[in-house]
This record gives sequence, structure tokens and C-alpha cells, in this order.
Amino acid sequence: MKKHGTLILTLAAISVVLWSAGAFCLSDAFKNNIYNPGLLKPTDSILKVKVGDIAPDFSLPSVSGGRISLSQYRGKKNVVLSFVPAAWTPVCSDQWPGYNIVKDIFDRNDAVLLGITVDNIPTLFAWTNQMGNLWFSVLSDFWPHGAVADRFGVLRSDGVSERALFVIDKKGIIRYIGVSDINERPRLEILVKKLERLER
Amino acid sequence: MDNEIRKIPMALATIAISVALLHCLAFAGNLPPVKGDVLPEIQLLVPENTIHRNYLGLEGGTFFKIPEIKAKVVIIEIFSMYCPHCQREAPGINRLYSIIEGNPDLKDKIKLIGIGAGNSSFEVDVFRKKYNVPFPLIPDEDFSIHKRIGEVRTPYFLGVKINDDGTHRVFFSKLNEFKGAEPFLDLILKLSGLKGEG
Repeated sequence: MKKHGTLILTLAAISVVLWSAGAFCLSDAFKNNIYNPGLLKPTDSILKVKVGDIAPDFSLPSVSGGRISLSQYRGKKNVVLSFVPAAWTPVCSDQWPGYNIVKDIFDRNDAVLLGITVDNIPTLFAWTNQMGNLWFSVLSDFWPHGAVADRFGVLRSDGVSERALFVIDKKGIIRYIGVSDINERPRLEILVKKLERLER
Repeated sequence: MDNEIRKIPMALATIAISVALLHCLAFAGNLPPVKGDVLPEIQLLVPENTIHRNYLGLEGGTFFKIPEIKAKVVIIEIFSMYCPHCQREAPGINRLYSIIEGNPDLKDKIKLIGIGAGNSSFEVDVFRKKYNVPFPLIPDEDFSIHKRIGEVRTPYFLGVKINDDGTHRVFFSKLNEFKGAEPFLDLILKLSGLKGEG
């Protein structure tokens, strides 16, 4: 009887996981080159910063060349950091191309977008080329591996980052943190609302 | 009493399994419709915009089904505002709409809609404004429609012929098949049988 109970509970657990499996839609732009890691643990890290904190500064290499630091925008622009877990994976591949058509929303709110992953530059170069010409900078947090993600507390135990958004105002203060379920793309309207609350 | 308590986890497990299995039966293994198929049971949000409702010949309500559209042929584009190909092809699809609407022989026979897979109303609206899309774009925020039509990649095109008796059949079902407004329309006219019809 106890064995049956355990079996049923196990089956139930498996079924619930199947039932709640994340959904995504993939653009044909990436053809068959997307690796699907399956359903992952929604979040797997503990934030090291909070809203109201000064965002930790960093300097990372950009796919388009040179390095970009957070502090170069201090007093000039609001900044959105978009950490995505990994190149060539399903949800990530369908997140930044959406941001690519809303430059006007960022401009209207005097904000820049910095996309960050823990992949190296050549990988990011090949991946982002499939998205068209991105108007925003894509930065590599590859070495020291995931160091920036770790300083914000969004580095997962397997070495990729969370799917996370940080909105940082012109004073360098974190105004919004959104760590999403890694299996799902965050709704654009949430980010837009947070941007619209910032001073321009 | 103890017996009753012991039954609770079992009952909960049974409910969980039933719900999950029902869901899996509803969605798992769905394949994209093929030529000759009837569309899977999908419900779409009736557009709030009166012009779009009139374009589709819908009277109101909350949801509608494709065969309720007043047309002989419905072209459905499964798209996403996050899809680079959909973004690049948007002007061409707009042109397809303009050609159809500018042709008195076609405008009441062929209707065009987009279904935004995984897109919220806000996201669909961003796409509409960005590319000045004149035809109705319907959100599919929870992917429920996308799952029913086989979780296709985007942009995906479906052509549906609606018969006078209200029945319908899919006559076209292809991924990323848009090679320009004119050749695409020609293909649709040919495959639907509209070409040559009076």
C-alpha cells in the first residue's frame, strides 16, 4: 500500500512538471541551430543587490569591439541590464530581437540597454548576427567566468546566468530587479512600466 | 478517521494526475495541420478595434473561431514580435493586404490575420505600431493556440478555405514560405481554387 502511494505521488509529481512545462516560440531565423536544454529549475541563485542599492560597476568586452563600463553612463543615461542565460537556447534567442524593435521606448525614457551573457565573444557574434542589426550593446561576461552576474547575484550553479533585468537610474541606483523563471520570457510591458517611472 | 486522513494524499495525487493527463492529451503530440485537415479547435480574442471586427465580419462577443470569419479564404500568419524574420517580412505582408484590399474581386473573399504566439496584447500592439500593420493581430499570450497548431516556428502560414456550408479545410500550411506579396498571393489563389472562380 505504501509502495502504491509512493508510486502515485511520483507519477503525480512528474505529471505536474509536464503540465507546467514552459512554452516558447522559436523564430525560423535560427533554423535548427537552437539547443533545447529542456525545462530548468526556474531560478537558481540568490540576489546580492537590492532595489535602492548603488549598482556594482563593471567593465566588459562588447561584441562590437572595445569595453563598456556601467559607470560611463552615470549622470547621462538610465541603464537596463538584460542578463540572459546562454546563446543558442530557445527563450534567449527570442528575447533580444523583441528589444531590437523598441529602441524608441528606450530613447523616450533616456535609457540604454546592455545585453549580457556568460558566453564568449565569438559565440555571441555568431548568435546575435542571426537577430539582425542590434541597436544595443551585447557584452560578454565570459572571463572571469560570470563575474558580473555573480556580483549581482544572478549566476546559477551551472555557470549560466539567470534571465534577469536590472533597471538602473542615472545616479547608478538600482530601481527595479526582475529575475524571471529561466524558462519564460519576461513580459515587455513590465519593463516598459518600470522605465516610464524613471526620471528622464 | 485515520483512514480518511490517509486517503487525502492519494486523492490529491489522483486529481493532480488527472489534470496533468488531461492537459497532456489536449496539447501533447500536436502536429501542424496539413492540407485537407480541419483546423484544431482554437478560440481567438475578438479584436477591440471596430475596423478590424468589421474587416473580419464579426459582430462582437469575446472569442471567435476562424470559420466564423466572413470570407472564402483566410490567411493566418503565426508570428511573434520577437521573431526577426517576422519583423523583416512585416512590410511585405502589409503589401499583401493592400493588394488584396485594392482588388474588388478579392477583398471580400480573402482575409488576413496574424496570431502572436506567446505575445501579450501589449506586445502585439508594439508590433502593430512598429510596422503599421493594418490587419488584425490577435494575441496568444499563454501559447494555447500555438500549442494546438503544433508549436510551429515563426513565421508560419496557414491557408484555410471556408465553404458556403460553414465547413472548412486547410489548403496551405508552411513555415517561412513568404517570398513576396505577389508570388504568395498567386500561390494562395492557385492552391485555394479561388483562381478561376467567378
